[in-house]
Amino acid sequence: MKANCWTGRNSVEVQDVPDPSILNSRDAIVKITSTAICGSDLHLVDGYVPTMEKGDILGHEFMGEVVEVGPGISDGRLRVGDRVVVPFPIACGACASCRAELYSCCENSNPNAGMFGHPTCGIYGYSHLTGGFAGGQAEYARVVLADTNALKIESDLTDEQVLFLSDILPTGYMGADMCDIKQGDVVAVWGAGPVGQFAMDSARVLGAEKIIAIDKETYRLDMAAAQGYTTIDFEDTDVRSALLELTGGRGPDKCIDAVGMEATHGASHVDLYDRAKQAVRSETDRPHALRQAIMSCRSGGVVSVIGVYGGMIDKFPAGAWMNRSLTLRTGQCHVQRYMRPLLGMIEQGKIDPTRIITHRLPLTEAPTGYDLFKNKKDHCEKVVLTP
Amino acid sequence: MTTDTRSTSRLRDDPLVRRLGWASALLGVPQVVAPAGFARALGVGDAPRHRSATTAVGVRELAAATGLLGRPHPVWLWGRVGGDLMDLTMLARALKNHNGRGLGRTVAATAAVTAVTATDVYAAVTRTRRSTPMELTAATTVTRSPDEAYTLWKDLERLPDFMVHLDEVHVTGPRTSHWQASAPFGRTVEWDAEITQDVPGQLIAWRSVDGADIDNSGEARFVPAPGGQGTEIRVSLRYDLPGGPLGKAAARYFGEEPHQQLDDDLRRFKQIAETGEVVRSEGAPGGKRARGEFPQHPARPLTVDELKEALS
Repeated sequence: MKANCWTGRNSVEVQDVPDPSILNSRDAIVKITSTAICGSDLHLVDGYVPTMEKGDILGHEFMGEVVEVGPGISDGRLRVGDRVVVPFPIACGACASCRAELYSCCENSNPNAGMFGHPTCGIYGYSHLTGGFAGGQAEYARVVLADTNALKIESDLTDEQVLFLSDILPTGYMGADMCDIKQGDVVAVWGAGPVGQFAMDSARVLGAEKIIAIDKETYRLDMAAAQGYTTIDFEDTDVRSALLELTGGRGPDKCIDAVGMEATHGASHVDLYDRAKQAVRSETDRPHALRQAIMSCRSGGVVSVIGVYGGMIDKFPAGAWMNRSLTLRTGQCHVQRYMRPLLGMIEQGKIDPTRIITHRLPLTEAPTGYDLFKNKKDHCEKVVLTP
Repeated sequence: MTTDTRSTSRLRDDPLVRRLGWASALLGVPQVVAPAGFARALGVGDAPRHRSATTAVGVRELAAATGLLGRPHPVWLWGRVGGDLMDLTMLARALKNHNGRGLGRTVAATAAVTAVTATDVYAAVTRTRRSTPMELTAATTVTRSPDEAYTLWKDLERLPDFMVHLDEVHVTGPRTSHWQASAPFGRTVEWDAEITQDVPGQLIAWRSVDGADIDNSGEARFVPAPGGQGTEIRVSLRYDLPGGPLGKAAARYFGEEPHQQLDDDLRRFKQIAETGEVVRSEGAPGGKRARGEFPQHPARPLTVDELKEALS
């Protein structure tokens, strides 16, 4: 089959690879009908995540049709022919974390767990730190512990309407959910990429009064503005001052970091400082968005982090965080917790996930998709690939 | 490195140790029964002090004989070495103050004791095992009841499913089993083990029986986790690694982080207890051998041949 593989820093290639087969008894094989490129795939391609091997298949946002089920899947849980969306975190459903609905902290699904002090879940196509599972930017994929993970789609919603249930829609939603949004809240979202857009939509669904998007790409800010959100371009504006102005000096009640480890900063000296530290590995992540969110958030507010961090950061404003009673909440998305409610919201028309799709390409043109998305060419917001 | 004080069973069948034991007995009996005659035979005179010294030496020899033949232990061999040195000191004094009568016999006795001393030193040094005890402990919590976790562990033949160094365990009786493990340089080591404690739902303890290449023992305790979260499983393993190059190689084989290995074993036990099997990824298709597979197979499906090897 054809699959999009990581072949080195800044290099992906569609290669012919063997078809997947059942390795564990609760596996299923899915013939992929739609798959997408995620912002976190760029962290891998940019070379910021260790333990990539040449030839790893990328991709953790995919859906398709079940073509084979393992002998351990009890009758009826999943059948050949089922149409399923596959959540990116592999969860066993039986460990203490899964029982507490902390699916991305599953204690059993990552054979290589250990990097972060306690186990974190296995993730498809997302380095060997997360297990070395083959990804879904391919014609077929093996779904692990498929009976507890694959979400069956039984309505006639299109692929594009449900594909993002695999990751970015629940991730954005969890960013807003962790904010405990109350009527009248002002919510600021750093990053107007796909996850940031969905965090804004979710904040609106959860009752936020004013939503502020912070980015530097005009087309992404325009996309947010089209939904009625206020925008701040950090390249020509001091973010903290602008936020104070927009909130009558209070600061946003809730702040969402949808940026993560590869942030850029409007002030070039700060940007250079973190780039230099990152280059010599004295820090692994550039936490501009996180720092700014903590400094900007209203006292007693919540800073919700859904942008991906991988290692160590410098200059964490612990003083502001502690003295102003801020709550920091975070996590890789517990997708399985949100998939069903969000599917309901899509069916009811409360959320339209298709609004962020800007590019549709065949799987064979995945490298072009990466180039468009990474370099923000042609107003690229989200690339969907079809095998 | 510590000096081991066990090895009782090994010495019981050791011909050299038994011979030395009988030698002690054969010397001790006449020394105690007829001290004057014995002293005369050595040509050292039969004054009361000679007689009482000979009796004391006899008592010492009988004690050594009882120990070596009854409860063999390296300490009795070292006791013999100490006694030999005492005897040599006394004989040297006797030679120095000798009146000339029976000098030849005293010289011969001194030569004999010197030879015996050499034998005893050899036996004591070689029969004292130097070993490196290695004790590993690890714990995990599973969302299963203590009874379920205990039952899974009690099925000893399943231990190799998650314990990376074990190749096979065969249950050979109600309390006995035969274990086979991989060792350095492609060797395998085998031993028989017996269950020493078995409290259903709480505890299983086992140890290798006499004659194992590497003496080892272990126990697994099953304790209800607080708040009804399942069961804490606390495992400790003890290996008596032999000294010298072989022991060093074995220690190296267990890795710089033998604790890591036991932690990984328990992580896989948890996978089996909670999900039914050890999770395999394309990068780590070998299941329990995953850690030995770095650099890993790329995260892409395996070829037919790779698949065969990984699942074998």
